[in-house]
Amino acid sequence: MASTKRSVPQAMTYEDSVHLWGRIWTASAIFMFLMVPLAISVRYQAFPPFQDVLKGLLGVAPVFWTVGIIEVLTYAPMLGTGGTYLAFVTGSLSTLKVPCALNAMEGAGAKAGTEEAEVISTIAIATSSLVTTLVIALGVFGIRFLQPVLENPGLKPAFDAIMPALMGALGLVYISKNWKLAIAPLLFMICLFLLMPSLSSSVGILVPVGAIIAYVAGRLMQRGRKD
Amino acid sequence: MNFSPNSPFMYVICGIVILFVIAQSIFFLVRALRQAKVLKMDQKMIRRTISASAIFTIAPALAILIGVISLSQFLGLPLPWLRLSVLGALTYELPAAQSAASAMNLHSTSELVTDPVTFSAISWVMTLGILSGIVVVLFGLRKIQKGVVSIQEKDSSKGTLLTDSLFLGMISAFSGLLFADIRSGLPGFIPLAVALVSMVCMGLCGLLIRKAGWQWLEQYALPLCMLCGMAAAIPLTSWMGGV
Repeated sequence: MASTKRSVPQAMTYEDSVHLWGRIWTASAIFMFLMVPLAISVRYQAFPPFQDVLKGLLGVAPVFWTVGIIEVLTYAPMLGTGGTYLAFVTGSLSTLKVPCALNAMEGAGAKAGTEEAEVISTIAIATSSLVTTLVIALGVFGIRFLQPVLENPGLKPAFDAIMPALMGALGLVYISKNWKLAIAPLLFMICLFLLMPSLSSSVGILVPVGAIIAYVAGRLMQRGRKD
Repeated sequence: MNFSPNSPFMYVICGIVILFVIAQSIFFLVRALRQAKVLKMDQKMIRRTISASAIFTIAPALAILIGVISLSQFLGLPLPWLRLSVLGALTYELPAAQSAASAMNLHSTSELVTDPVTFSAISWVMTLGILSGIVVVLFGLRKIQKGVVSIQEKDSSKGTLLTDSLFLGMISAFSGLLFADIRSGLPGFIPLAVALVSMVCMGLCGLLIRKAGWQWLEQYALPLCMLCGMAAAIPLTSWMGGV
C-alpha cells in the first residue's frame, strides 16, 4: 500500500502570528473608521457632494498621504512588527508613540530589530495607547473641571514646549551615542530650517532625507576606514 | 432629524470605535507580555517598561486633550475625542477640518457646526485624508520588514547603519525644527532654550545613572527631563517675551 504523506503544518512563529493578527485588526480598524462618517451621513440623511469632499481632501491629502507613506517606511524598522500595527491605528506617532517606544527600548537595552526590542516596543506602544485613551476619556467626561486648568494661559507655554522638551533629552541620548554619524544630517537640517522656516509644517517628509544623509555619511566613513 | 455634534448618537458611534482601539491595545499588550515570558525576559524590567511608558505618556496626552477641547468649540466633543484617540494627530486634524469647512464655504472654525451636511463632509475629509499610512501598513509592512531583514542578513554593518540612520533622521529633522523661528528674534529662541534645559537635565540623569548607580532612573529619565523642560518653558517664555 502506497504510504500517503501528510504535510504537517509548521507552528507559526511569533512574528508570523503578529502579522496575521495585525492585518486582521488593521483591516477591521480601517472598516470601523470609515463607518463613522458613513453612519453620520446615513443617520442625518446628510451625504455631502462628492466634489466638496474632494476639494477638502485636496487641501490635506497630498501632504498627509505622502507623510503617512514616509512614516511607515521610516518608523516600521524602529518600532518592530506589533508596535507598527498598533501605532498606526492609534496615531500621534512622532510626538508620542515613537519616542515612547525608543525610550523603552533604550531603558531595556534592547536593540531595534531584535526579538526583545519587538516585545518591548509593543508593550510601550500598547501602554501608551491605553493611557492616552484613558486621559482623553477622563478629560472629555470631566471637561467642566479640567477646561479652566488646561486652558490656563499660564500653562500654555509648557504645553507648547512638549516637542522641544522631548527632542532636547532624546537628542542628547541618540546624538551622543553616534555623534559622528549625527553631524551631517543635523547640520543640514539646522541650515535648512534657518533658510526655510516654512518647512516646519512638513517636518515628517524631512525625516527620510535626514536618514539618507546619515546613511551616505556612514558609508563614506566605513569606506574611509577600509582605505 | 435634529442634528447636534454633541448628540448621544455621536457619543455612541465614537465610543464604539474607541472601545475597539482599547481592545486592540489590550490584545497586543497581552500577547507581547506572554512572548516576554517565552523569551525569559526580566519581568521587573517589563514592569518598569509599562510604568515608564505610562508616565511618559501623561504630558503629551494632556496636550492632545487640549487639542480635543479646542476642536470641540467647532466640532463638538465626540468627533475630536475620536479623531485624537485614534489614527490622526493634532497637527493633522485641525488643517483637515479647516480644509473641509472651507470647501463647504464655512470660513470660521470658532463656531459650532450645526449643518449636518457640512459636519458629514468634515468627518469624511478627516477620515480619508490620513488613511494612507494605515493602508500601507496593512498591505506592505511584511515586505518592508523582509527588506530590512535581508539587508541585515547580507551585510550586518549595512543593516546596523540603516537602523542608526533612521533614528538619526528623525532626531535631526525634529532638532533642526528647533531653529525654525530664531530669525524672528528673541522669542524664536524659546524652543532652543527649552531643549537645552531638557538636554542638561538628561546629562545630569546620565551622570546619576553611571556614577551614582541609579539604574532605576534609566527608564524614567526621559519623562522627567521632558517635564523639566516643559516647566522651564513657563519662566523662559515670560523672560524671552514669548507671551
